[in-house]
Amino acid sequence: MLKIIKRPPLAEKKMFILRLLAVVFAIAASMVIIALLGHNPIKVMIEMVRGSIGSKYRISETINKMVPLLTLSLGVCVAYKMKFWNIGAEGQFYMGAYGAGVVAFNFGSLPSYLLLPAMFLGGILAGGLWALIPALLKAKWQTSETLVTLMLNYVAIRWITYLQYGPWRDPKAAGLPRMMHFPDAAALPEIGGMHIGWIIALVLVAFIYILIRYSKLGYEITVMGENPRTAEYAGMNTFRILLIAIMISGGICGIAGIIQATGLEHSISPVLSSGLGFTAIITAWLSKLQPVSLVSVSFLFAMMLQGGSYLQSVMKVPSDVAGVIQGVILFFVLGSEFFTQYKIVWDKRRDEESRRVDA
Amino acid sequence: MDTGFLVAAAMFLQLAAQCGTPLLFGTLGGILGEKAGNLNLGVEGMMMMGAVTGYYVAAVTGHPILAAFAGGLAGAVGALLYAIITVTFQGNQTVTGLTLTIFGIGISNYVGKECTSMTLPASVREFYAPIVVPGLSKIPLIGKMIFEQSSFVALAIVLAVLIWIYLNKTRIGLNVRMVGENPSAADACGINVNLYKYTHILAGGFLCGLGGTYLSVVYITRWQNDLVAGLGWIAVALVIFAIWNPVRAIFGGYLFGALRSIGLVLQNTQMALFGYEIKLDPQLLDMLPYIMTIIVLVLIGIQKKKEYQPPGWLSRSYYREDR
Repeated sequence: MLKIIKRPPLAEKKMFILRLLAVVFAIAASMVIIALLGHNPIKVMIEMVRGSIGSKYRISETINKMVPLLTLSLGVCVAYKMKFWNIGAEGQFYMGAYGAGVVAFNFGSLPSYLLLPAMFLGGILAGGLWALIPALLKAKWQTSETLVTLMLNYVAIRWITYLQYGPWRDPKAAGLPRMMHFPDAAALPEIGGMHIGWIIALVLVAFIYILIRYSKLGYEITVMGENPRTAEYAGMNTFRILLIAIMISGGICGIAGIIQATGLEHSISPVLSSGLGFTAIITAWLSKLQPVSLVSVSFLFAMMLQGGSYLQSVMKVPSDVAGVIQGVILFFVLGSEFFTQYKIVWDKRRDEESRRVDA
Repeated sequence: MDTGFLVAAAMFLQLAAQCGTPLLFGTLGGILGEKAGNLNLGVEGMMMMGAVTGYYVAAVTGHPILAAFAGGLAGAVGALLYAIITVTFQGNQTVTGLTLTIFGIGISNYVGKECTSMTLPASVREFYAPIVVPGLSKIPLIGKMIFEQSSFVALAIVLAVLIWIYLNKTRIGLNVRMVGENPSAADACGINVNLYKYTHILAGGFLCGLGGTYLSVVYITRWQNDLVAGLGWIAVALVIFAIWNPVRAIFGGYLFGALRSIGLVLQNTQMALFGYEIKLDPQLLDMLPYIMTIIVLVLIGIQKKKEYQPPGWLSRSYYREDR
């Protein structure tokens, strides 16, 4: 008989091999699905890779897609370290963009070197305060943060839609309900044809790495995540730590929104995030909340996104295929987690016992 | 009050029920899963899968009941993926649910490319057309809402009541709630925890699939990309708003349906209330379901009443030998 038993903790190396196997299986499975959908799976895979890293331009496109994803994942990581299940990255992203927008539309005449930092400050504050709502509700009434942050996402998106149709509507766009453009001074500077979002994201990686690894606050966050009671017995002010950590989490998600608004669109729209706030939860989880492995995981996801849109233009394969492949790979990786803790063995003893019973 | 207002109000209520029906299906599906301890954030994905499958089968076969069944089945297939990973392999429920949503939207939009050029045959449209109950549908205000509706709308109501009876008045329903509250206790009582989880997650998926089919085949009556458009997430909210009670879900579904239809009906109209000019912004009205859900969550937290709390073991895995 087959039996599932707990296995002793796996060595890093074995863990890595297991994950790799899961990804290999997942790619095989998605190729089968692609074939079933009526496309040549090998060609689709090759084109996806070519479309994402095949030329200098495409690499920069992939990086542009990676930057917001990486930033958002970093943001949720801080909350997850504390076992605060913030799935509100999407909403904090939009509030960040909104905060930046308030500054841009009110102080648009400022020079760029004053305006941009002010916009970042406004956005970080807005994203952080938005994340503070579920934290306060949880601290006061034990309200489920998963559900509150989920709801706040949609409130934030509707708020942006409202601004787009109402107060911030572009009067020059004739009948189109489009938001006003930011002043020129609000554009993120570019280096070598790419906006500096990637530098900001990398700085944030270092910041989070140091915060979690080497700072007192990071230590407190980790202890609180492991066991909130221990933290209290140790005399930590858990309420204060929760609020500060969540402000950081939401603020960083807000930065992602500011980068997209100032670097790419020079405006805000309710589809600015293209759902990356949700993808970020998955990438954060896949990288085991390690800021450094987040860089590679986010890059892989960005490759899939960019490769998917390339497929659409070259092979006339709808970009939705990227969503399907993403889903399949994730299902496999999620399933493989099980085998890091458990193993299936052939239980001889039970076999014999049942035979004895039968006889 | 003049009759013109009454007629408009009656039609508004009728529309609210129609808008609320897909929400009700999704909510019932969510309740079934959550009562068994599984928070499935894949409702949106399962509704998409149901919507595209139901539409495709309806357009190709022209058979209305077969279409509904196929749509439900597609939702259940999505739920099966989720159940395998979260129940058997004990994966993280939040991440798995989100993945199911990404996967469901992707595959449905892909398959749906073929459906954009398809139209629904008359046989399906007539089958699900509103049935006018003679006499009763003339009742002022609520006549049209209750007695001039598609059979699909009635199905949702019947299912809601049946699920309430099932969960609260039957032995098996009690077992389900036990699995959601405390799986190790349930296990000790000889309840097959995983079997219960699987069946209820799958049944929940079936209901979400039905909700999707209703949307594409009965309500919108054509296919378009991202057809479900976030309704699945409102359903996730509604599960809490209804405090895990299927009958309350009817009112919740219709209320949220009404909020959505206010936006459609009163788009940018000015109203005067007690002498104040009020401008109803559909975008701001769209926020209300989510804000109201948060308020309900807070109220649940303040009340601390046992019956109002989420299932005790919600979104946690159960491994037998960890007992």
